[in-house]
Amino acid sequence: MNNWVAITKLEEIPVLGARKLQTEYFDIALFRTGSDEVFALRDRCPHRGGPLSQGIVHGSAVTCPLHNWKIDLQNGEVQGPDQGCVHSFDVRVEEGVVYLDLASLESAA
Amino acid sequence: MKKQKLILVGNGMAGMRTLEELLKLEPDMYDITVFGAEPHPNYNRIMLSPVLAGEKQVDEIILNTIEWYEENGITLHTGDPVEAVDRKKRQIKTRSGLVCDYDRLLLATGSNPFIIPVPGHELTGVIGFRDIQDVETMLACASKYKKAVVIGGGLLGLEAANGLMKNGMEVTVVHLMDSLMERQLDKPASALLKASLEESGLNFLMEAHTEAIVGDQRVKGVRFKGGSEVEADLVVMAVGIRPNMQLADSAGLHCERGVVVNDTMQTFDPRIYAVGECVQHRNNTYGLVAPLFEQAKVCANHLAHLGFGRYEGSVTSTKLKVTGIDLFSAGEFNQGEGDETLVLQDPAQGVYKKLVISDNQIKGAVMYGDTMDGTWYFQLMREGTDISSFRSTILFGQHDLGDAGHGDETRVSMLSNEAEICGCNGVCKGDIVNAITSQGLFTLDEVRAHTKASASCGSCTGLVESLLASTVGEGYAATPSKKALCSCTVYSHDEIRAAIANQELKTMPAVFKSLEWKTADGCPSCRPALNYYLLAAWPGEYQDDAQSRFINERAHGNIQKDGTYSVVPRMFGGLCNANELRAIADVADKYQVPEIKVTGGQRIDLFGLKKEQLPSVWKDLADAGFVSGHAYGKAMRTVKTCVGKNWCRFGTKDSTGLGVKLEELTWGSWMPHKFKLAVSGCPRNCAEATIKDFGVVCVDSGFELHIGGNGGIKVRVTDLLCKVETEVEVLEYAGAFIQCYREEAHYLERTAPWVERVSLNYVKQRVVEDEAGRKALFERFKQSQKPAQIDPWRERAEGSEGHEFTPLRLARMRAAS
Repeated sequence: MNNWVAITKLEEIPVLGARKLQTEYFDIALFRTGSDEVFALRDRCPHRGGPLSQGIVHGSAVTCPLHNWKIDLQNGEVQGPDQGCVHSFDVRVEEGVVYLDLASLESAA
Repeated sequence: MKKQKLILVGNGMAGMRTLEELLKLEPDMYDITVFGAEPHPNYNRIMLSPVLAGEKQVDEIILNTIEWYEENGITLHTGDPVEAVDRKKRQIKTRSGLVCDYDRLLLATGSNPFIIPVPGHELTGVIGFRDIQDVETMLACASKYKKAVVIGGGLLGLEAANGLMKNGMEVTVVHLMDSLMERQLDKPASALLKASLEESGLNFLMEAHTEAIVGDQRVKGVRFKGGSEVEADLVVMAVGIRPNMQLADSAGLHCERGVVVNDTMQTFDPRIYAVGECVQHRNNTYGLVAPLFEQAKVCANHLAHLGFGRYEGSVTSTKLKVTGIDLFSAGEFNQGEGDETLVLQDPAQGVYKKLVISDNQIKGAVMYGDTMDGTWYFQLMREGTDISSFRSTILFGQHDLGDAGHGDETRVSMLSNEAEICGCNGVCKGDIVNAITSQGLFTLDEVRAHTKASASCGSCTGLVESLLASTVGEGYAATPSKKALCSCTVYSHDEIRAAIANQELKTMPAVFKSLEWKTADGCPSCRPALNYYLLAAWPGEYQDDAQSRFINERAHGNIQKDGTYSVVPRMFGGLCNANELRAIADVADKYQVPEIKVTGGQRIDLFGLKKEQLPSVWKDLADAGFVSGHAYGKAMRTVKTCVGKNWCRFGTKDSTGLGVKLEELTWGSWMPHKFKLAVSGCPRNCAEATIKDFGVVCVDSGFELHIGGNGGIKVRVTDLLCKVETEVEVLEYAGAFIQCYREEAHYLERTAPWVERVSLNYVKQRVVEDEAGRKALFERFKQSQKPAQIDPWRERAEGSEGHEFTPLRLARMRAAS
């Protein structure tokens, strides 16, 4: 069952940028693409734990700032030829407000 | 909209490469139909020699399988040559009677082997060397007959002869001229080649003029002028190729030696394009694969209605595909008037290298026995590099250029599979070769993606490129004559910089639009580069794009492996006082900095700070008078100084004072890459000024200015730019040099490779000899410094870019309801 919680206004996340969201379990990275889609991933690269929220966002991917791994924002899959996956969480935007599904977060915690 | 119809005549390498390039650009624009005369799908014609020699099988050289055509929605007709084009009706007609309409027609009919029209040339057993069928004929002959004659001692003839010999035949090569491969080799190299081939078992008849092929039904021998004869059960004619322009000619298209095309690969009928060996472009015809691929790229661009891209001709190089013989040739290899030659000859080792030089640029190269540096010479030749600074050692090869970092390791072919190629990512030669062969990699980018080799610091790029060349072979080793900035664009760094200036592009979306970027918002390679180019071109006007900067420049600190940041306050010229040190100590206490280190550039580095702490750390530092040290950016970093004459008993000048002035002039400047300066007070050079981007060595009579040094991956000692007499001149020359670098270098190109690329003479001309130009450069530098010298730390300490440093919080997590 979903449990949507308002996190922030869309405008608080820079276009082609990200914000770090601190939770009691771990940090989450909220990304905003060039077409104003918002995605949420755990803020930890599967390679060496780099903070993905600090990477450069391009298309619907983010490049980790530590060693340039590319991660697909839609599903958290590492783009080939590297391999790995980072947890992704359900997000939606309604009337300029970003909502996160706590249920998807808690199932990962 | 109904799709347009594109017909390709000629199912070979040039035509199919054009389609592949087109599908990358516009996969859905055309209904595509391909007609081929041969019964096979597209195969790699240049690999026929290895097939003949038994080193490869036919199915290994197929480039596009039948399934590939199906997957891409392309209709393929093999074994049915097109025999007529009706340009009025826009239709083609094939041998089997099939008629098809076209909107665009692409001719890639290739070439035919030239058969000398001597009596007997139509006898059974007289063939050319062009396609799979010829190879099959040769292989069948080799199993039944003994003696073969190959007419033609050029590239193709020798490869055919070698292949037949490998299949057990006794082979005689007949050549009209007095030396082999005379269009690619000079006499000494040709003599070495002949000796080596004779040793392996080939026979040669030089200066032999073929008069007739003798025999009844099947060939029995070859007769020469003067009456002598040799026996032959098979005669291969390999005396050259002729563009196959019969179809174009009969359709009324303008043809001379080939189908004449313009720089967009268009024939005289604007609906009809032509590529490959059948075309004549700017009076040249080409029979090698690299030019065909360059043509394909341009042609596809125009078929996709993009309308840019010009083919301006190719410079070609040749390698002989005979196992055990290393041979390379490019450009003009015979000395012309006003040329000079450099020769290295070691007959005992079977090594011969010759470079033809004109005005300190390479015009041509011939190499035998040791061809390791062929691609390097070829690159220097195509780029017109001024070789004067390394002319005395150029014949010893690229590895001999003073690079303390790698030395002999560049001889990549001799390395064992366990040898480490990429030190950053720990990738060995064997890993790279395996990835290239098993994954079918063709480009440097692909090798980087799959193995990570050369994907970090990039210092092993040359090694990886040579591995790629030696593993994949000639056809794909051809590096494009210009390199695109990244895979988002077809344009090079220089073209993009020129477009930004000439078309007055002042925002990133404007660049994307005008230069037809392939991605909506670029990638982590091009966005930082474009951000810098725009900033450098339009100082004060361009709005910096934080999201196009790497995190260090966005957060104005160095990200460390645990995600914390380090902070380096600027200390002009490395000078500081007790109050400043006390303020740094107070910051370290207040924020519990776990580690403090003195840097190589004479600064203090505070480690382990959390991003959220940065603005308040910066506020405390700003209150004590510090500005950002830019230790994190592609920017002016530090001016390192020695003690100087105020204290040092050897000092000739106030090097610390001059260092402070230089740093006050240059701090805050964004650069193509990091930029370091140093000032030494005497030739003992304690500030190590001769490995800096810009170094000053004070002497009694003035100041020596040094440029292009580097102490990093590849140590490079500076070049002496000039000597000046006053501090005022030092500042002016420094500013002018920096501005020239800022305006013209490629993003992520340090001054060391930049100076090597454009040559020291060029920099001297711009900065030393052209006084008005120098003053103008210096003026532009000062102008661009006005908006740049605003302390980014103080701005952020006062609240700017707050979202960057403040995390969002999800305070309580309720139990799932």
